[in-house]
Amino acid sequence: MTATVVDTHAADHDDHDHGPTKGIKRWLFSTNHKDIGTMYLIFSLIMFFTGGAMAMVIRSELAVPGLQFVHPEFFNQMTTMHALIMVFGAVMPAFVGLANWMIPLMIGAPDMALPRMNNWSFWILPVAFGLLGATLFFPGGAPAGGWTMYPPLVLQTGDAFPFLIFAVHLMGLSSIMGAINVIVTIINMRAPDMTLLKMPMFVWTWLITAYLLIAVMPVLAGAVTMLLTDQFFGTSFFLAAGGGDPVMFQHIFWFFGHPEVYIMILPAFGVVSEIIPTFARKKLFGHDSMVYAASCIAFLSFIVWAHHMFTVGMPLTGQLFFMFATMLIAVPTGVKVFNWVATMWRGSMTFETPMLFSLGFVFLFTIGGFSGLMLAIQPADVQYHDTYFVVAHFHYVLVPGSVFAIMAGAYYWLPKWTGHMYNEKAGKLHFWMSTIFVNLTFFPMHFLGLAGMPRRIPDYSTQFTDFNTIASIGAIGFGLSQLIFVWILLTAKRGEKATDRVWEGSHGLEWTVPSPAPWHTFTTPPKARIASESFE
Amino acid sequence: MIRKSFWSLLGLSLASAANADWALNMPKGVTDLSVETYNLHMMVFWWCVAIGIVVFGVMIISLFKHRKSQGAKPATFSHSTAAEVLWTAIPVVILLVMAVPAAETMIKLEDTRDPDISVVVTAYQWKWHYKYQDEGVEFYSSLARTSLDARRKQSGIDVTSVENYLLDVDNPLVVPRGAKVRLLLTANDVIHSWWVPELAIKKDAIPGIVNETWFTANEVGTYRGQCAELCGKDHGYMPIVVEVVEPEAYTAWIDSRKDGDARLASAQ
Repeated sequence: MTATVVDTHAADHDDHDHGPTKGIKRWLFSTNHKDIGTMYLIFSLIMFFTGGAMAMVIRSELAVPGLQFVHPEFFNQMTTMHALIMVFGAVMPAFVGLANWMIPLMIGAPDMALPRMNNWSFWILPVAFGLLGATLFFPGGAPAGGWTMYPPLVLQTGDAFPFLIFAVHLMGLSSIMGAINVIVTIINMRAPDMTLLKMPMFVWTWLITAYLLIAVMPVLAGAVTMLLTDQFFGTSFFLAAGGGDPVMFQHIFWFFGHPEVYIMILPAFGVVSEIIPTFARKKLFGHDSMVYAASCIAFLSFIVWAHHMFTVGMPLTGQLFFMFATMLIAVPTGVKVFNWVATMWRGSMTFETPMLFSLGFVFLFTIGGFSGLMLAIQPADVQYHDTYFVVAHFHYVLVPGSVFAIMAGAYYWLPKWTGHMYNEKAGKLHFWMSTIFVNLTFFPMHFLGLAGMPRRIPDYSTQFTDFNTIASIGAIGFGLSQLIFVWILLTAKRGEKATDRVWEGSHGLEWTVPSPAPWHTFTTPPKARIASESFE
Repeated sequence: MIRKSFWSLLGLSLASAANADWALNMPKGVTDLSVETYNLHMMVFWWCVAIGIVVFGVMIISLFKHRKSQGAKPATFSHSTAAEVLWTAIPVVILLVMAVPAAETMIKLEDTRDPDISVVVTAYQWKWHYKYQDEGVEFYSSLARTSLDARRKQSGIDVTSVENYLLDVDNPLVVPRGAKVRLLLTANDVIHSWWVPELAIKKDAIPGIVNETWFTANEVGTYRGQCAELCGKDHGYMPIVVEVVEPEAYTAWIDSRKDGDARLASAQ
């Protein structure tokens, strides 16, 4: 009797395009890709500011020589937590958020393929970072052995140690589930006439990224589990005294770690490959070769890990192999950059905020790529390794690289999300402030590293003062500039109503739905041909 | 008033520019291999500059010429096999040009055979221990007293007044000019890394493993470096100082150390 009633009720619900439930339940129990995407993006923004606050502590201490504000042990906690939060809490979830929002809209799917798992993979994250963040208040403090968690040093961590390990496990779990969802959605739920090679670049790069995630996150989980058993159950995987090998951890970690850096940059390539054609009003140059280049980068990322370890004492032949393999990555990465430039060439460009951030990305990511090529040269790497030169390199590819691409994506799709145009003037101001300060922060770090300043030190010899002061001024300026972005988000709904197309040169299925995108979209599969026709 | 403060500010910045060196580049160093490494570094750097000029140049031209406000009409091309083959092949050739000399230098760097002197370097949290293998001379080397006093938080000591702040030790490693010095590196607790930029040597000291590296310094002088692998709270406070002296001075130094060690032994 009751069952029948419930059944009719459920059928009613299927018939109508009902809105979301009200209140907190909408978010806690959400299975809607747009709501979950929004939560991912807001979470990553909060983490971006948390990790950023830690960067401010680091740069304040380093502004002048001598210890002013913090003790060395706390300084090390800050560098460690800053990295873990930015990598696993800010950059990765931001891309998952963009994937959640945009992949179904771009391939014409009604939602992600596994909506309940989608909910779970998000809600694990606040728990993971709650565990990790709580360690700041433990006796002995947060983990301070670096985000790379090298033993034996990491085994000297106090009560925070098991929390670090379980937090990393949870982050890995979340990423793996997110990746499975992306793959299943892309493979099974594309609009009927959207063949693989017709997929938008953002979808392609995310598909490749998802495979990378599934391949390497379990490797990281294995590595940290071995740390856990070394610490608590008397094993000696990485302890020389028990017949283990500390270098083994580094091999396993970087087998995860190198694909991880491409996990953080491939979706950025995707975002930029969507935006540049829109504002150049011209098709992406060499779509298929972009796909092959991304796949090539993904494959190479598995065979270059030991270039992070040129000073650990590997055999000569091993070092030669890793040097040559690493240099090879410059080829497909170069193809990507050349293709973006060729897309702009003889286009009809305008420079709205998403385009500005994308152009900033192409310029500054390329500079990070150049220092990457320099780092590949083993004898020179011996000099660069573990200095500020490396810090400059990976911040160039991560901040004006990944983070700029995320910002570009946010501005690009914001009108589709909110239904209103954001404040364009403020957006441009945000871009120019970010660009000036990001360079002021990270460019002098090249000089510091070359002049001999090691990374991860709380204090330094006085000849490094000037560039450190400049970097600190830049960092604080960059941090403050990001408040403009928050203001833009808070006032996002005040702007004029956005059209469905939003941008004059927009192309793809996501621009065929109304702005703001309704809670349910593509309940019947669309014709994907519209996507490729918009330039003709 | 304003003029006065302007001149004092200018004076201050000039003075600080004279004191601090705005070092922009890697030191050339004092070994054959450090010079080779420097040359490799500069070669790759100039290649990057050249590629940058071409790529950014084309991009900037496009940014100015192909904009809507200039009345540019978008072209319709979206593919060119010739161009794509070309910009895959050219980078490969450039990489080969870089890879060959890099491999040659690497092979020399790894050749630790036939040393004149072998020193066992053992890293501790947070100091170094040096043992001259054939001489029976050994000692610890840790941060100099002057830096140790100034490094504390709110020490009240102006660190700019400390000579070689954080880069000075109580007992430096002394080696003769022109001799092939082999270092055998290991660690007692966690991983450390022995790095002196002027010698272009960086090698990890790892517990349970003995790593090898070598250098031959061509010039007499004092060369400073630091631990380069995060090793705990005082990672920033375990510098390395290498004194390169004339061979005769080295012999005299070793003898005096031997005497000192012998006196210590008899006193016990």
